Amino acid sequence: MKEVHEFHVDSTRYLDDHGKPLSELPPQAGNTDRVLAAYRNMVLTRTFDSKAIALQRTGKCGTYPSVLGHEVVGTAIGQGMAKSDVFVPYYRDQAAHILRGVSLRELLLYWGGDERGSAWQNCPEDLPISVPIATQCCHAVGVASAMKIRDQQRAVVCCIGDGGTSKGDFLESINLAGAWHLPVVFVVINNQWAISTPRSLQSSAETIAQKAISAGLPGHIVDGNDYFATIEALDAALERAHGGKGATVIEAVTYRLGDHTTADDATRYRTAEDLKRAWEKDGIKRLQNWLHDSGHWSPDKEKALQADCKQAVEKAVEEYLATEAEPPTAMLDYLFETLPAALQPQREQIANKYRGGAA
Amino acid sequence: MSAAERSNETRDVTLVEAVNMALHRAMADDENVVVLGEDIATNGGVFRATVGLKEAFGFKRVMDTPLAENLIAGTAIGMATQGLKPVAEFQFMGFIYAGMEQIVSHAARMRNRTRGRLHCPLVFRAPFGGGIHAPEHHSESTEALFAHIPGLRVVIPSSPQRAYGLLLAAIRNPDPVIFLEPKRIYRAVTQSVEDNGEALPLDTFFTLREGDDVTLITWGACVMETLQAADKLAEQGVSCEVIDVATVSPLDRETLLCSVAKTGRAVIIHEACRNGGVGAEVAASIAEAAFLDLQAPVVRVTGYDTVMPYYRNEQYYLPQGEDIVTAVEQVIAL
Repeated sequence: MKEVHEFHVDSTRYLDDHGKPLSELPPQAGNTDRVLAAYRNMVLTRTFDSKAIALQRTGKCGTYPSVLGHEVVGTAIGQGMAKSDVFVPYYRDQAAHILRGVSLRELLLYWGGDERGSAWQNCPEDLPISVPIATQCCHAVGVASAMKIRDQQRAVVCCIGDGGTSKGDFLESINLAGAWHLPVVFVVINNQWAISTPRSLQSSAETIAQKAISAGLPGHIVDGNDYFATIEALDAALERAHGGKGATVIEAVTYRLGDHTTADDATRYRTAEDLKRAWEKDGIKRLQNWLHDSGHWSPDKEKALQADCKQAVEKAVEEYLATEAEPPTAMLDYLFETLPAALQPQREQIANKYRGGAA
Repeated sequence: MSAAERSNETRDVTLVEAVNMALHRAMADDENVVVLGEDIATNGGVFRATVGLKEAFGFKRVMDTPLAENLIAGTAIGMATQGLKPVAEFQFMGFIYAGMEQIVSHAARMRNRTRGRLHCPLVFRAPFGGGIHAPEHHSESTEALFAHIPGLRVVIPSSPQRAYGLLLAAIRNPDPVIFLEPKRIYRAVTQSVEDNGEALPLDTFFTLREGDDVTLITWGACVMETLQAADKLAEQGVSCEVIDVATVSPLDRETLLCSVAKTGRAVIIHEACRNGGVGAEVAASIAEAAFLDLQAPVVRVTGYDTVMPYYRNEQYYLPQGEDIVTAVEQVIAL
C-alpha cells in the first residue's frame, strides 16, 4: 500500500489564561495602537451586548443572540479586513460589524424588527446577517468569484459557526474556493455549541480545520480568545487571498458564554462548571492583563474606556428608540426595483388600511 | 466580441437555439453577464443551450461548476450582489430543489431585507416539463412553487421569438427571474428570429389569437396543443382567444380580465398538476374580479395530482389537444 497523502493541522496560542506570553509574540503585538483599538472594540462590543440583552428583557428589542465570547475573533476579523474587502457574516458577528462601520443603532434596528437595520451605510457591499445556517458560505464564494473575474485585489471573509460546518453549504463552498482558487477566508467560530448540540455531536473529525484539507485548502486552528493568535492568522490568510494565493479555513476555538439567544436557556444542557471554566479563558480579560503587564494600560484608562463605551451605547439606544417604524407600505416598496402592476392594488390596500399611521 | 461586432442577423431557429442566441447577445452587450452551471462551458450544456459561449467569451465568464445545485444558486447570488448578472443553469428542473433554500431565503429577499442596498439581478434557467421520454425526475412542471414566492419573477417562453425576447428581458431585469424552458418544444418548431437585442416585456400576457367565445389561458409547451385545439374549434364555429401567460408570476390580470369580460368563458390549460397550480390563481383572479362576466364556470385542463409517470405513461398525464377541445365544448354548451 502506498501512502498518497498525509495532512497536518496546526494550532496557535500565544497568551495563557492570565495574559502571560507562552512564547515570543507575533509582530502584531508591536503595533500598540492597533492592539489598543482592538481592546476598545472588544469592550464596546461587550457593553453593547449586555445592553441589547437588557433591552430584550424589557420588551424594547426582539430576540437577540449574545456575542459573549466572540468579541476577540470578531475584532480580529474587523481589523484584518481592508475596507474594500467584503464581509459575509452569520448572526453573531457584532464585533466585526462594528469595525466594518455598521452602527450600533443599525444592529439594534435589525434585532428590533426593522429591515433598515441591514441598510448599512458605511459598508455597502457587506452581505447582511445570514440566519439560515451556512447559506452565506455560498454567497462568499460568489462574491470572491466576482472579484476574481474582475481581476480585483480584494478578498472576502466569511463567518460560520461549528454547527454550520455540518451543512453542505460550507463543504460545497470550501470545495469551490479550492477548485476556483478564490480569494476568501472562512472563519469557523467554534464556540462548542449549536444551540444545545455540542461540538462532539456535529462531527467525529478531531478538528473542524481539517475539513479544509478535503477541499485542497490549508486549515489552521487558533485560540479564538487569544487576540494575537487570531489577528496573526487573519492577517496571514488575507495577505494570501489578496496575493492571489487562494483560500484559507481558520477554526477559531472559543466558547459561547451566553445563551444561544434571549429565547434560549443554556442551563438546560450545559453545566455551571463548564461555563466557569470557559470564563477563565475569557479573551478580553486576557488581553487587558497583557496590556497592563506591558505598561499600556491602567485602572484609570480602563475606567475611562468603560465610561466611553457606555456613553456610545446609551446614545445608540436613544437613537434606536427614537426611530419611528417605517410605514407599512414599505413591505412592498423594496420587493422589486419597480413594483409590478399586479401588486399595486395590495399596496393601495395597505396604504388605505393604515392611513394616518399603523394601527 | 463586442455588441458592435454582432450583426442583427435573422435566422430560422428553434426555441433552444433562440435561448443560445439571446445568451450570446446579452454577453456581447454587457460584460457583467456571466453564465455558470454544470456542463455548460466545454460541453455547451446537455441541451446545447450554451454552446459556443465559452469560445466567444472565455472561461472567466462561462463557468463549469462543481456538481452542486445549492452552490450554483448561492454562488450566483453572491456574484449578483457585486453587480454581475449571472445566468445560472440548472440542468433539469428536477434538480433545482437543492437550490431552493438559496432561491427562497436569499435571492427573493436580498433587495427587500437590505432596503435596496443589495439586490440580485440574476436569472436561474432550467429546462422543465415532460414529453421527451426522459428518466425519472426529469419531467416535472413545478412552476407554482416559485410563483408562490414573493420577490421572484417566473417566466416561461413558448416560442423561439418569445424565448429570445423574454430571456433578454430577464437578464436585463434587476431582480431575480426563474426562467423555465419547456423542453418538449425546445426543437418542435423553427421561427425566424432577428438577433436585434430587443427584449419583450415581462409581466405581460401575449394574446396569440383573438376570439369572442372563450378565452384559453395557457403557457409553456401546452401553448402548442392549445393553438391546435383553437384551430379545430374554429372549424366547428367556436372562436377562441388564446393567451400565452409567459410571466406566470406576477400575473398580468388586466389582459386576463379584459379578455374574459369579452368572451365570458375561460379554460385554463397547464401541464403541472392541478392542486395549488398557477391555474388556480388565474381562476381565483377571474372569480374575484370578473365573476359577473362569466357565462360558464372556469374549467382547468391540467396534469393529474400525482407523481409524474415514467415515460411509458407520460402521454396519459400530459393534457392532450382533445382534452382542450372537450373542455371548450363543455363551457360553450352552458
